[in-house]
Amino acid sequence: MTDQPITAARPNPITDGTWQSMKLFGYITVAILIAVGLAVWLGQWGWLDPSFVKSNGTTPKFLEQFINGLWRTLTLLIVSVVVGYALAVPIGLVQVTGPRPLAWLASAFCTFIRGTPLLVQLWLLYYGLGSLFPQVPWIRQSFLWDYLRDGFNYAMLAFILSFAGYEGEIMRGAFLGVPKGELEAARAIGMSRFTVLRRIWLPRALMLVLPTLSGEVVSQLKSTPLAATVTVFDIYGVGRMVQQDMFLTYEPLLLIAAIYGTLTAIIATAFKFVENLIPTRRG
Amino acid sequence: MSAMSIDLSMLAFSPPGWGGNLLRGLVHTVEIAVGAYALGLTLGLGGAMGKLNGGPVLRGVLETYTTIGRAIPELILMLILFYAGPQFLNQILTAYGYPRIDINGLAAGIFVLGVVQGAYSTEVLRGAIQAIPTGQIEAAKAYGMSPWKRFTRIIFPAMIPNAIPGLANLWLNVTKDTALLAVVGFSELMLETKQAAGTSKAYFMFYVAAALLYLALSQVSILIFSLIEKRQRRGIARVS
Repeated sequence: MTDQPITAARPNPITDGTWQSMKLFGYITVAILIAVGLAVWLGQWGWLDPSFVKSNGTTPKFLEQFINGLWRTLTLLIVSVVVGYALAVPIGLVQVTGPRPLAWLASAFCTFIRGTPLLVQLWLLYYGLGSLFPQVPWIRQSFLWDYLRDGFNYAMLAFILSFAGYEGEIMRGAFLGVPKGELEAARAIGMSRFTVLRRIWLPRALMLVLPTLSGEVVSQLKSTPLAATVTVFDIYGVGRMVQQDMFLTYEPLLLIAAIYGTLTAIIATAFKFVENLIPTRRG
Repeated sequence: MSAMSIDLSMLAFSPPGWGGNLLRGLVHTVEIAVGAYALGLTLGLGGAMGKLNGGPVLRGVLETYTTIGRAIPELILMLILFYAGPQFLNQILTAYGYPRIDINGLAAGIFVLGVVQGAYSTEVLRGAIQAIPTGQIEAAKAYGMSPWKRFTRIIFPAMIPNAIPGLANLWLNVTKDTALLAVVGFSELMLETKQAAGTSKAYFMFYVAAALLYLALSQVSILIFSLIEKRQRRGIARVS
């Protein structure tokens, strides 16, 4: 420990945000470049070649599979964030203003989702619920059966519910955080309760949560590899398959780590951009 | 239809039932969580002090650690560390002519989760230290306290109330992250549940039971942390 005073960096209101994100971006890039550089230098990467032929004569086309995996990961992420958020708004709202039983139900849902590991929720749906369906005779014959066998749907459902649970709690706080006076003013002007919600309460609450949203979406991205545990070939699943197929330990893991790092940086940058578009008065 | 009906006798503690296995799993989960949390806090405290007082190189290294630790999914970091950690250790051992060792699962689990936790702890503790009014630290310096005494008498006690909400979240995260170790085959609550469910075919019941155990763990933790926070915050003016 040196004798320098411990002082917080002085925030510069004009450049600080961009500079911070540039710095973050820079570090991620540099670190990943070093890791990837080392790995490329030391590792075996022939299997990524589209025309790569395995020793048993097959052409596994790993690159193509990685791209398909990336697509699945992004689908899981984007759909679960959008649908989960759409569910989170009413879940947050009824906890603040809803009838007692609904408020209680919503709060129990949030407690359960936030209090148990996502892996438990996912396996509970896939293995638990999934093991109950085949015992109902008519389901096997119905069109539902194809959906009910696919791990992807269970993963999607689990991720949607998880995001809804976490965001529901955050939205509850945001609805409470909108100053009472603004809502009273809107009522005084003669807006109906629904119009107040649509034009004042919800937009103001969304503005309050916007800064936290970027982190929440990144957490959600980092949860998506769990889908691979229920037979989904997302990007992590493909990486694991390559590991087993090619008897490689590090190369596929480093590749997917770099992809997740890049996705995180993209999400952070995109949200910074959106935040800057919305005029807010701070302080 | 037999597997669909809920047969609670399967949760009995002694062998035909699996309750004992689940509880043993829960104990393992808590052991790993406590160990990883402690390791994470140690790394975090060092990391936070390094970030605030270190030179540019140390700061750069720590920034990279916290950024990567928080940008890459825990599951992947865990796998990388799970493979890399023991292999690295054994390479060092063999290079110096010692026999290879098998690293026990508990130690590996704690190491892997602790390193991931350390990245988050660093940021929580750094924020908590930065929230201490600079005047207090300058006053300590003016009294001529050595850096170590300044840390133990001023910075650490003043930081704790600021850090508790963040640390409580980290504890809840680490208890939930232990479930990921089931994927790499470490026998904690999740893997015990999977084995019980797979053997008895009562998947639904066992996963609900596991969920309730995790829920109980997290709710008890929340209660304990709120008591700690109340105690630590005594004498501090409440905001709003």
